[in-house]
Amino acid sequence: MQQITRDLLIEKASAFLEKENNSCVIGWRKGEFDYDITPYVFDNKEDLEKYFVWNDFCGANVSKYLINKTQKYDKTLVFLKPCDTYSFNQLLTEHRFSRDKVYAIGIPCEGMANVNKVKAIAGEGIEKIEFLPEGLKVTNLYGDEPAVIAYTDVLAERCLNCKSKAHVAYDELIGEDGSVISSNRFDEVERLEKMTPDERFAFWQKELSKCIRCNACRDVCPACSCEKCVFDNPASGVENKAPASSMEEKMFHIIRAFHVAGRCTDCGECSRVCPQGIPLHLLNRKFIKDINEFYGEYQAGAVEGSRAPLVDYTEGDIEPYEIFDRGDK
Amino acid sequence: MQMNEYKPLIVAFCCNWCSYAGADLAGNNRLNYPADVKIIRVPCSCRVNPMFILRAFQRGADGVILCGCHPGDCHYTSGNYYTRRRMALLFSMLDYLGIERERTRVEWVSAAEGAKFAATMNEFVEKVASLGKNKRLEDLRCSK
Repeated sequence: MQQITRDLLIEKASAFLEKENNSCVIGWRKGEFDYDITPYVFDNKEDLEKYFVWNDFCGANVSKYLINKTQKYDKTLVFLKPCDTYSFNQLLTEHRFSRDKVYAIGIPCEGMANVNKVKAIAGEGIEKIEFLPEGLKVTNLYGDEPAVIAYTDVLAERCLNCKSKAHVAYDELIGEDGSVISSNRFDEVERLEKMTPDERFAFWQKELSKCIRCNACRDVCPACSCEKCVFDNPASGVENKAPASSMEEKMFHIIRAFHVAGRCTDCGECSRVCPQGIPLHLLNRKFIKDINEFYGEYQAGAVEGSRAPLVDYTEGDIEPYEIFDRGDK
Repeated sequence: MQMNEYKPLIVAFCCNWCSYAGADLAGNNRLNYPADVKIIRVPCSCRVNPMFILRAFQRGADGVILCGCHPGDCHYTSGNYYTRRRMALLFSMLDYLGIERERTRVEWVSAAEGAKFAATMNEFVEKVASLGKNKRLEDLRCSK
């Protein structure tokens, strides 16, 4: 359960809208159901009162919206969870929005719930979800006894392996700041690396052939913010859906992961939005792990203005033919 | 039968300033290397986008080799340093996805190393031929 209340955030946001002219607030609003919460841009107090939410389903990273909204509004207030602040910093490093047009409020995060895990435990037909201190109280349509599910049981995968509870950028912080924590986020990558090439190929063939090329991963990714994307080019030959036997999905996902390599903050949004449940974060984490091993520890977005590994070099870098000579890789 | 012997298709990206001249020297010196190698001249090894490599595989290449100036000798000062980082990451990723790691290679060949060029190509073609046809990154729509 989140410690900060919705009312406190609405109070901050309304005061901001009143004080600043031509301003907006980027936050989260309730969707059709209690669990499908979407990012939303509020520009008046009525909407805030009516729709604003802050609870365990506010997993969406709203940093990316700053690119467009700061062009439209003079001043933008944005609520940032610790992992969102990394994307925020990374976008600032890439000069994607101007810092003085943004007022960032850092809010602590206790980890977000994964709706698929909730559905797996509580079943379909969820009508209402309440947030009790001991867990989520899920009421269904069929009049069954409401189930109470502990927060730890439905924590999203990325939150189980949370890399940091510390905010790396903010103007104002609500509550206590956490610290960078050591996580086991590369365990799954290591497990795959230990497989034989045939097993790895089978694993990725199975996962990536589920891809329907909806481009949700690209659209949600804060690092994928090019105005013109290589995959939108009709002459590229990769803009259509292909049969599963082809390499098109592989090409799309390899190139997408490559284009954000060194800039990906590992926020995990790609996996969260994937309608097919493809563990896309494992591709990005592989690049992060390789970068850490080859070129020294690097966390994108941790320091504003830091140079991404792929736009940098040293004379003694590892050679491409040396990478497999180390250990049993 | 001789006619059915498997011939791999190798795409070699060669930088204009070193490796392409190295290939030229190999020719001038009458050094043999297999005709399965198709050379594509690029201004610098760092011109090679990861997509080029995947596209080569998609269109039926069995192996892709990238040749550039030795690190430190780049005509554009630092292009091949960037190539080195990119390709290290890309090859590691291809291996992670289960693509045979011997199908991709980077080699630094200077304009004076005609012999190295021929030897590298002979070795690489032999290696790829032993792996057989590229099944894992082929695109069925592109096959004949």
